[in-house]
Amino acid sequence: MTDLKARFRGWGGVAGMAAACALTAAVTLLPLSHGGADDLGSGADGRSAASATPAKDDGCTEPERSLSPSAANGPNIDAIVARGKLIVGVDQNSYRWGYRNPATGGLEGFDIDLARAIAQDILGEPDAVIFRAIPTNQRIPALNNGTVDIVVRTMTINCARIKQVAFSTAYFQAGQQVLASEGSSITGYDKSLAGKKVCTAEGSTAYDALEKNSFGATFKDKHDGQPGDEDVLTVSNQLDCLVRLQLGLVDAIVTDNALAAGQAAQDPAVELKGGKPFTTEYYGVATKLGKTDLVRRVNKVLDEYRKGAWTKAYNKWLVADLPGITGPPAPKYSAG
Amino acid sequence: MTYPPTVRTAPQSAPTHAPAQPPAAPPAHRGVWAVGKERLRTAATTEPGRLQIIGAVLAVLVVAFGAVTAFEISDRASAADDVVSRSQPLSADAASIYRSLADADTAASSGFLAGAEEPRAARERYQKDIALASRLLVKAAANTDGSSESGRQIAALNEQLPRYTGVIETARAYNRQGLPLGGAYLRFANGQMTRDLLPAAQKLYDAETARLERDDDHARFWPVSSLAVGVAALAALVWMQRRNYLRTNRVFNHGLLAATAAATVVLLWLAVGHTVARAELNAAEAHGQKSLKVLNDARISSLKARANENLTLVARGAVLTDDGKSDKYETDYTSGMKKLGDRLSEARSLADDKEGLGPVESAVKGVSEWKVRHASASTTDKAGDYEGALAKVIGPKASTGQSFDQVDDALATALAHEQREFTHAAEDGRGALTGLPVGAALLAVLGAAGAVLGINRRLSEYR
Repeated sequence: MTDLKARFRGWGGVAGMAAACALTAAVTLLPLSHGGADDLGSGADGRSAASATPAKDDGCTEPERSLSPSAANGPNIDAIVARGKLIVGVDQNSYRWGYRNPATGGLEGFDIDLARAIAQDILGEPDAVIFRAIPTNQRIPALNNGTVDIVVRTMTINCARIKQVAFSTAYFQAGQQVLASEGSSITGYDKSLAGKKVCTAEGSTAYDALEKNSFGATFKDKHDGQPGDEDVLTVSNQLDCLVRLQLGLVDAIVTDNALAAGQAAQDPAVELKGGKPFTTEYYGVATKLGKTDLVRRVNKVLDEYRKGAWTKAYNKWLVADLPGITGPPAPKYSAG
Repeated sequence: MTYPPTVRTAPQSAPTHAPAQPPAAPPAHRGVWAVGKERLRTAATTEPGRLQIIGAVLAVLVVAFGAVTAFEISDRASAADDVVSRSQPLSADAASIYRSLADADTAASSGFLAGAEEPRAARERYQKDIALASRLLVKAAANTDGSSESGRQIAALNEQLPRYTGVIETARAYNRQGLPLGGAYLRFANGQMTRDLLPAAQKLYDAETARLERDDDHARFWPVSSLAVGVAALAALVWMQRRNYLRTNRVFNHGLLAATAAATVVLLWLAVGHTVARAELNAAEAHGQKSLKVLNDARISSLKARANENLTLVARGAVLTDDGKSDKYETDYTSGMKKLGDRLSEARSLADDKEGLGPVESAVKGVSEWKVRHASASTTDKAGDYEGALAKVIGPKASTGQSFDQVDDALATALAHEQREFTHAAEDGRGALTGLPVGAALLAVLGAAGAVLGINRRLSEYR
């Protein structure tokens, strides 16, 4: 009997050992569970933005002087005639100037009418135009790599640009102005900009103006011109600035008064600040450098355009938002 | 696998110097262990005592074999179950989230191109996509630990999506008023999508797919411990029977024989069951998961190509590549189409049955038609006929939009087929392990009982 008891106790021990075995097994195998998050850190290298070179006054006082008008055909005009279409770089975001009318899907505006007038003169057909929408900072590259023949896109004639592209005579006088919400503490291009976030279009004269004097405002993105560009303070089009202003990402916009008026027309809660523009700028039609036949021809078209069509187009597109302009700026021609 | 030291050392050391060994434990520890040890040592000096110890060792080995098998296979089975019912569906859902977001963005830009009166179909497509993405995000969140990579991406997507839809609605409102500001809002929304939402969705997909691969690898990992203990138990049983035979000249001991049979059955079941499960999971990976990945990539490439095709018209072909030489969106369209073609030919070589091959072939056909139509639209646009090009891209007849829809539908069919193939094979893999843990445990108990009875039969001869 005792023997059996001992044996029984023995088997009890075995059961215990088996349990220990199982426990050991369980403990050793338990860590095979799920876990471990992989961290995909995004690495953007933070080099500072390359700054644009400001215009220098190396004897350039009147950049708006252009070649004298002529109706003569040259190699560049011939190429356009052979193609049968004039390729024009325009904007599709500048309300009243060059914009895509969402209702029709077509491009409309003051610049568009001017482009059609040029096509009418060269090709005899106002619709013989291929419109290419170009971001502000692509205007000069698009001309130089032959993507477009001419740019009619509220493009300011200035000393820096006349070294890169050729301009027609001026067809409109404008100036930089600050745009902000009606209740904003910003009063204009002055000290009230200090500490504010200001939006401009990349490659615009407004950006150059801030580069010269920003009154302590922030106007550059951390990764401008790099793959990680935030596109908040510098954007591809002045209208993109209004989106950011409405969403509260920026406090003010600097752009040409002509374009700012178009923005204010789309959003009654913003207004032009500071009364008058703080610069005087002229818009011109741009071509690639050296296309003299084309420049002279455009100047000839502009000469005729100033005689009546200009006022008609002004009354149609601009008078509501830019009242009080009596006529086009007088053309200035260089000696050559 | 470790054993309590007493079990292993006692039988070996006992015959030679068991009596000479000093008490191992100091008096303070003199408790159950010490008493047990003492008893073992005395028991080991006699044959009945030795038999008792051997019986114990055999029983432990067999039970341990059963326990380890039950545990290890439960673990593999639960990993296989995770593959079938959790990680694979979540990975597929993540792909759907990406797809519906990209598709929503494409639908929005198509609607914009069409004019102020957005076509009903484009609007409905956009709404369906956003609803699906929201639904899948909730589902993914419910299955994800918030602190994991997936959890972070889901949180980011949940934060961004309402902002995105808000901007899209603003764009619509301005569009209907005939103001170009609507287009600017659309560009802003598109930027949000490509800069924030889609990368987060991509990371979510990567994380879920990595989790699927982990679960899959885990399920397929050989149950080495079970196999090792099983071989050890069988070896011990054989050794004991040989010892019996040498000492008593008896060939069979029924109890030990039963134990050997039970252990053999468990070992075979284990080996065959897991091999089958592995094979099925391998098949699910090779045919289902690989095809799914390739097809998902193809679908995403076709979506990107379509979005870029739309953008060539939205941007009117003058946003240039970084080198300033060619149209950015046209370039992106071309590279998207190339990737789509590559993925489709890959999918064609992976498709292993007629049902899977059919939709892939149809997608290939759709892609070649799409390319022809795109070239024609592109020529029309370059010739200055913007309206004509627009009709060829978003029009209701013979447009690239219809080719895209055809490709997308074909890919959806192919994906559904491969998904079924995957689930089927993976479920078979999971099924191959069913019953093994319980069976192993039961057989191990029977085997241990057999071993004990067999030894007891020998023991009774000493009474």
